[in-house]
Amino acid sequence: MASTTRTVASDDDVVAIPLRHPGRWIAAAAIVVVLGLLFTSLWRNPNVDHPSITEFLFDPRILKGVWLTIVITAVSMVVGTILAVTLAIMRMSSNPVLRAVAFGYTWFFRGTPLLVQIVFWGYLGLLYQQISLGVPLTDIQFFSADTNDLIPALVGGVIALSLNEGAYAAEIVRAGLLSIDHGQREAAYSLGMGPGYTMRRIVLPQAMKVIIPPRGNETISMLKSTSLLAVVAVAELYTAATQTSSQNLRQVELLIVASIWYLAMTTALSIPQYYLERYYGRGTARELPPTPWQQFRGWTGRMSGRWQNRQIARAAAREAVDE
Amino acid sequence: MSEPYVVEARGVRKWFGSNEVLKSITLSVSRGEVLCLLGPSGSGKTTFLRCINHLESIDGGRILVNGELMGYRQRGDKVYELKPREIAEQRRSIGMVFQRFNLSTHMTALENITEAPIGIAKMPKNTARERGMALLDRVGLADKANQYPAQLSGGQQQRVAIARALALDPTLMLFDEPTSALDPELVGDVLDVMRDLAQSGMTMIVVTHEIGFSREAADRVVFMDGGVVVEEGPPTQLLDNPQHDRTRAFLQSVL
Ligand SMILES: Nc1ncnc2c1ncn2[C@@H]1O[C@H](COP(=O)(O)OP(=O)(O)O)[C@@H](O)[C@H]1O
Ligand SMILES: [Mg+2]
Repeated sequence: MASTTRTVASDDDVVAIPLRHPGRWIAAAAIVVVLGLLFTSLWRNPNVDHPSITEFLFDPRILKGVWLTIVITAVSMVVGTILAVTLAIMRMSSNPVLRAVAFGYTWFFRGTPLLVQIVFWGYLGLLYQQISLGVPLTDIQFFSADTNDLIPALVGGVIALSLNEGAYAAEIVRAGLLSIDHGQREAAYSLGMGPGYTMRRIVLPQAMKVIIPPRGNETISMLKSTSLLAVVAVAELYTAATQTSSQNLRQVELLIVASIWYLAMTTALSIPQYYLERYYGRGTARELPPTPWQQFRGWTGRMSGRWQNRQIARAAAREAVDE
Repeated sequence: MSEPYVVEARGVRKWFGSNEVLKSITLSVSRGEVLCLLGPSGSGKTTFLRCINHLESIDGGRILVNGELMGYRQRGDKVYELKPREIAEQRRSIGMVFQRFNLSTHMTALENITEAPIGIAKMPKNTARERGMALLDRVGLADKANQYPAQLSGGQQQRVAIARALALDPTLMLFDEPTSALDPELVGDVLDVMRDLAQSGMTMIVVTHEIGFSREAADRVVFMDGGVVVEEGPPTQLLDNPQHDRTRAFLQSVL
């Protein structure tokens, strides 16, 4: 009898065959073919000189550009975040002047193109030849310097990126702060915590799980926005690539080199983001989300489990036919 | 601590816009006394509790906690609101327990308890942890020290919240409907902890709809309605022999 095997197909022990999705497989195959064709045509293109891609991938100028891109991104994100938290707190303040200033700031920096802001900081020297600190309406000056010395293109570029970032991130931070139940603050106040302490230790850490995911996006976006500093001749990755190609006329190859690096950097970014999300997500779920390794193990486990189920289901079907 | 009263409220008034929520509340709570505050929803019970630790400012009258004017400083015949950090300082001697627990989700049970002692009272970390563990033990949750709130039941969260409120050795505990958000089978554990606390001599003001708890644990029951104290008295008198129609109607509705 069938009871000797584990493939019993009795009424209360039905082995379900998972729903098949032939459409998905067809679509996936079509996409793979199209991508393959595209890639081959690019790769086989006689105008692309592959050796120079490998040659320039680790060229010192390019590597310096990569490094500068990372530094600019990091500094702008840090300064932008500090600004954003300040602006978000101002937006939520009971002081109407603070609220209006924060609103005006966001309105202005989100409403004008980033490129224009970068060029503006680059041309600041035309607007103000000298920057000085002194008592207004008197001749007393503590400090005075030539604008272009004080704010070289790199600093101007970082200022522009940071100010812009602050405006965008402020909205994200504000959404994060608003997501925290007011009871959290009340409980903290009732324990004798002051407003600043409460913000730092109670509200912000909990808001982080709302803030971090979109901030990952912003960082990727910032990494690519650094290429806009090309207009003020800061030697970040894109500028380094175009300057190199203007000498050897291998424009496409160097653009490919730059793209490879941008992709590498954005890919590498997902690692810290993942662990940050995990860290700030602690306590919200009953269990921490799995690490990528655990996910991979789970996936292979599921796949083999699914395969086994199918074998069982097939055997059961065969048996049913036999009977 | 020679003050006979832990809380002395005199003629406390509070408006929300044009809505007068507290209409001259006068109420004193002696040291070690357990006072239960009953009243229909919207009668101003929560607002009154929040005025005591100055989570709400008041528009008239005075509230003294341990003989000290709460939230204000008197100069001549004028009162001035204190700075946030002075108010924070005053609040340390008052513990508060909320209907919805309000534990910080990113901290474990123990961290929730030790945050204020370490960060505010500057207690050494080890001392704070030891005391935190003792408090957890007291509320019957020593084995949950490293669990996050999301991993605890409502009743367990509320007991952690009570332990947290006790962490700074308050002289007064305020409870705002501490069991209203709990599943019925979890209410008992929380009430047990509160009963123990009452027995230990803690001064407590408890807003609750648990008539049974008021009857056993309260020294005095106050019935509020429409922003005024309608009547007060020992539990047996107020609960079994209410003098006012409004009290009677309310008791009938909750029993
Ligand atoms: N922050 C607030 N702003 C405006 N009105 C409020 C606020 N808090 C409470 N109220 C009003 O005050 C009245 C008393 O509320 P509350 O003290 O919460 O009553 P209870 O706790 O007895 O149910 C209600 O009418 C309520 O709508
Ligand atoms: Mg209430």
